[in-house]
Amino acid sequence: MELIQFAQRNHGLLLRALSEHIQMVLIALILSVLLAGVLTIVAMFYKRVGTFLTYIFSIVYSIPSIALFALMIPLPGMGLGRNTAIAVLVLYNQFMLLRNFITGLNGVDPAIVEAATGMGMTKAQLIYKVRVPLSLKPIFVGIRLALVSTIAIAIIAAFIGAGGIGLLVTIGLETGNDNRILWGVILAAGLGIITNAALVWVERKIK
Amino acid sequence: MMPSTTVAIEYQHVCKRFNGANYNAVNDVDLRIYEGEFITILGSSGSGKTTLLKMTNRLLDPDSGDIILFGENIRDVDPVLVRRRIGYAIQQVGLFPHMTIAENIATVPKLLKWDKMRIDDRVRELTVLVGLEPDEFLTRYPAQLSGGQQQRVGLARALAIDPKIMLLDEPFGAIDAINRLNLQDELKRIHGGLKKTFLFVTHDINEALKLGTRVIVMNEGRVCQFDTPENIVKNPTDGFVESLIRSCREQERFW
Ligand SMILES: Nc1ncnc2c1ncn2[C@@H]1O[C@H](COP(=O)(O)OP(=O)(O)OP(=O)(O)O)[C@@H](O)[C@H]1O
Ligand SMILES: [Mg+2]
Repeated sequence: MELIQFAQRNHGLLLRALSEHIQMVLIALILSVLLAGVLTIVAMFYKRVGTFLTYIFSIVYSIPSIALFALMIPLPGMGLGRNTAIAVLVLYNQFMLLRNFITGLNGVDPAIVEAATGMGMTKAQLIYKVRVPLSLKPIFVGIRLALVSTIAIAIIAAFIGAGGIGLLVTIGLETGNDNRILWGVILAAGLGIITNAALVWVERKIK
Repeated sequence: MMPSTTVAIEYQHVCKRFNGANYNAVNDVDLRIYEGEFITILGSSGSGKTTLLKMTNRLLDPDSGDIILFGENIRDVDPVLVRRRIGYAIQQVGLFPHMTIAENIATVPKLLKWDKMRIDDRVRELTVLVGLEPDEFLTRYPAQLSGGQQQRVGLARALAIDPKIMLLDEPFGAIDAINRLNLQDELKRIHGGLKKTFLFVTHDINEALKLGTRVIVMNEGRVCQFDTPENIVKNPTDGFVESLIRSCREQERFW
């Protein structure tokens, strides 16, 4: 009951936290997919670069997020705030995205690849005419996993002043306001679950 | 018997060994094929037929030896250009599952940027040629076709730009006897006698003898005999060819 009253009194605050969060997540996701897309194409032309990048990003992925935020702050152009948070989220996502993109593109039936190559497709044509359209599913799975983990990790970004749902939790902790903390948790979990469910539904539509 | 004196394909002591193998998949193949020939290739499983075809359009490169197409050493030509001059129907068919039959057949004309009208006409023409009804099949996807129908689409796709050299790796493997006879006649007609050079792999000895102007018999990477069908039957040069012919005769005895 108290929770609902809190929300009625502070709906502006909650909505702003939610919309800040969604914004941060979407920007991070778009940049992540763009970067991973470029790196995947490089990896398709230079296999070793792909192996190397996947390895590097698997290490980044294993660093706890708070530590990675802390590590990034002193770097030039970073500091406290949303940009640093987005940079961290983009770095985090690379492992999940690259792994799914690269294994997806390489997983196309070798007979189909041979037929395409044998007909005189260049490597680039092979990628965009054959490999990508036949890997929509793994590509989409990678994006879904990245999105859901970004929603969660972005909560921690409040510690470095990026705002969003995490801010409800951090301020709640500082001021001992349980309602704030609880609402932070509810919004974060709700956003994650709904997004995931929606994307799983879309995923089923892809052959 | 030789339709031409222009050498279309020349294999010069071509050898290929795959990584980790202790034998040559193709072993010292050395022969000349003239423009306009319809060469059929016979040989047991694993004898190097597919490997030989794949080296001809640079899907594989030989470890030693050279392959010359119309006087040009293909080692010196961009593989993409070599492949666009050659039609290739692969053994596993390999249709693109995300494209319709029409789009599959139009693949190479699109790569070569033909205009749309010309592509559409050509696609319909080819569909009829391989014995499929255009209105029924062109908008379907490969998964909606039987194995034999898919093979015919594979053949149409390889023929799309009417290339001077065609590599056909068991294109009729999944096709029933009656349709096979029709397609054999059709293919012979497409070959048309003089201008095109076909390399046609088959396990069916009768098919090889019927279609081939000359027949290559391969065993363990080597060419055992390369001769006209008549000579192959009359004077088999070694035990392998002899046993091949004998096995075929024995089959016919059941009639
Ligand atoms: N990519 C590869 N890597 C390693 N070995 C290979 C590869 N492709 C073929 N081989 C081997 O090379 C030999 C020749 O194979 P190839 O595919 O040319 O035979 P084929 O005559 O076409 O047989 P089939 O009639 O069964 O199609 C075989 O022993 C095969 O195992
Ligand atoms: Mg083969």
